Amino acid sequence: MYPDNFRYTKEHEWVLVEEDTGTIGITDHAQQELGDIVYVDLPKVGVHVELGKSLGSVESVKAVSDIYAPLSGEVTEINKLLAEAPEKLNQDPHGEAWLVKIHLSAPAEIQNLMSAAEYQTYIGAEK
Amino acid sequence: MSAAPALKTTPLNSIHRSLGAKMVDFGGWDMPVQYTGIINEHQAVRRAVGVFDVSHMGEIEIHGPEAAKLADFATTNAVHKLKIGQAQYSGLLYAHGGFVDDILVHKVAEDHYFLCVNAANQEKDFEHIRSLNRFDARVDFSSDRYAQLAVQGPKARDTVQKLTPVDLAAIRYYWFADGEVCAAPARIARTGYTGEDGFEIYVAPAHAARIWNEVLKVGAEFGIKPCGLGARNTLRLEAGMALYGHEIDASISPLEAGCEWIVKFDKGDFVGREALLRQKEKGIKRKLAGFEMRGRGIGRDGYEVLVSGSPAGWVTSGSPSPTLNRNIGFCYLPAQHAQPGKAIRIMIRNQPVDAVTVETPFYKRAK
Repeated sequence: MYPDNFRYTKEHEWVLVEEDTGTIGITDHAQQELGDIVYVDLPKVGVHVELGKSLGSVESVKAVSDIYAPLSGEVTEINKLLAEAPEKLNQDPHGEAWLVKIHLSAPAEIQNLMSAAEYQTYIGAEK
Repeated sequence: MSAAPALKTTPLNSIHRSLGAKMVDFGGWDMPVQYTGIINEHQAVRRAVGVFDVSHMGEIEIHGPEAAKLADFATTNAVHKLKIGQAQYSGLLYAHGGFVDDILVHKVAEDHYFLCVNAANQEKDFEHIRSLNRFDARVDFSSDRYAQLAVQGPKARDTVQKLTPVDLAAIRYYWFADGEVCAAPARIARTGYTGEDGFEIYVAPAHAARIWNEVLKVGAEFGIKPCGLGARNTLRLEAGMALYGHEIDASISPLEAGCEWIVKFDKGDFVGREALLRQKEKGIKRKLAGFEMRGRGIGRDGYEVLVSGSPAGWVTSGSPSPTLNRNIGFCYLPAQHAQPGKAIRIMIRNQPVDAVTVETPFYKRAK
């Protein structure tokens, strides 16, 4: 369920680091907790996002939740699919429905994040 | 250090968990907010049938020769006009005209009235009614004696009919019958909080789990779904029904909330009557209005509403409407702006977003 090559935050974001690029999303646990997602608000390309600061929001039928940047960097790409089809975030949060890609400005920050195994322990999920 | 008080549970708590429901603290109750998804459950009720555990709702009973007099004095609607087997929506007010609660009053017998009240208000309501009791009547707090299931949707009657010898077609809207469901004594009311046809079934807690399971079993052919409080909220919002703590509370009167129809000034004295008459005479300052978003976003509870660029009111409830595919809600506005068709703006995360006031209910089922 939770890919081993991702790293995870306590706020239920994931990041996949490939060279100096980080692809960011929210976890399957997060989408389940949120329920039916109706809007995804993302930053613009070129915006600098900072570790632990809000980079956008996800809105479900029930409520709005901030998305926090798992790492710092400059936004290089946003997932345009989500403007048209926010429900994809309920269906494929670890794949097709990634949120943004950033150019990492402080790659060492990744040490603070959880592995898949640690994250699953954290959410009390069964393996 | 203080430990959080344990949440109260309904007799169906373990069933909800085994069905994989997401549980939330709802006014001190551990309740299912959704099982499969709010939109999915919402649509089951609009198109077929859904079942809700609403056992957290409170029950208060008034007995005695002057039960009707106490009920008429404590509530805004005309209790004395009820026939045996009939129910009515009503308000329980403070002397200043604000809501203690909104309730359903059922006339069981000439000397027996059965009140269904909001979960979070039940103790308060009971104390309030008791404090008004200068009549030959007895007020009982009966919540522990009842579980309540709501079976709602166009297939609700077909579903429940399989489990009861009571002729459900003979129960009119806002009437009820005492009989049996799954061979257990039950009060079956043709009431609901969804805008669909349906029944609210009151039974002893010991029978609730068995009846719940039977309802799901016999409703399977219609595609019945267990539904949580999330869908209950979107359904009632589309149907234009108020929720205590949102559209109504102690600071809001029935005139402001657009429910003057439950206030019967000509029935004689009742708590809040004078305050409401004064409000009526002076004219109310604010009024509840339905709105629909025009811009992108959802106006949610507590968000500020602007008229001509200035703060003028607040949102009481807001949500995507799964049936209408629009974002809808209720807000309070200065009375002169509360008529349908008024352009307003709602502050959504520091951005003013266009919306317009509209007629309510947002959704009305085809009869």
